[in-house]
Amino acid sequence: MSDNTAATRATQAARPEALLLPPVDVIENGTGIILYADLPGVSKDTLNVHVEADTLTIEGRLSLAVPEGLEVSHAEVSLPGYRRTFTLSRELDTTKVSAEFKQGLLTLRIPKAESAQPRKIAVSVA
Amino acid sequence: MYRSLFPRDVFAELDRLQHELQQAFEVSPSIRGIGRGGFPALKVGGTPQAVEIYAFAPGLDPATLDVKLERDVLSIAGERKGALPVPEEKAAVHINERFAGRFRRVVSLPDDIDPDSVSADYRDGVLHVSIKRRESAQPRRISIE
Repeated sequence: MSDNTAATRATQAARPEALLLPPVDVIENGTGIILYADLPGVSKDTLNVHVEADTLTIEGRLSLAVPEGLEVSHAEVSLPGYRRTFTLSRELDTTKVSAEFKQGLLTLRIPKAESAQPRKIAVSVA
Repeated sequence: MYRSLFPRDVFAELDRLQHELQQAFEVSPSIRGIGRGGFPALKVGGTPQAVEIYAFAPGLDPATLDVKLERDVLSIAGERKGALPVPEEKAAVHINERFAGRFRRVVSLPDDIDPDSVSADYRDGVLHVSIKRRESAQPRRISIE
């Protein structure tokens, strides 16, 4: 799994809209990859996670309910949403991705295909 | 350590570079570092009736958040556990950008707020604190007799 930031930038250049790149943690163990992404302010309905061929895309729109007539005096988050794409490697089984989204924290579990799981090979003594 | 909230963004990288250069040349950099760009990211605004503060702090248990209002200073503190595995586990960390550890951010508020009418909620990983302005500070139309 590699972070193709260049590709993200290219798509951003093609589209006029600028979006935030959410920070992620990616951890790999024997059974698969776990990805955590911070998407604060995104509700379940505005979150979109999809896999197309070997590209994983995470998109979310900020849906803050701000009171009418709010005059913002200081903003560290000023773009309308998040987008980030990753290229998945072939041994990952994209049909069995599980996602959990709780309080702005997305947890994706991408298992490795059976054939790519680590196996212990028994050595028989002749 | 200075950590960008939204990594791998050209502007954030330039910002970091500028910050590092500044630190190298400044005679006495502040012991508390810089005020901007910590965790959680903040958005502060106001309406004629209230002051609204949004803190983008995803994945927390709202019970562990410590929100305090002291005179006209609002502080938001807490701790976020890291997602990284224990070193004994057989796992590789490929990307590690998310904030972990204790945090604290302080906002000084205008002097027309009413410290008794504060409300806070935590939704979709965003803490929203709303502090009403005092009745006496509300804009009033004066009728001409």
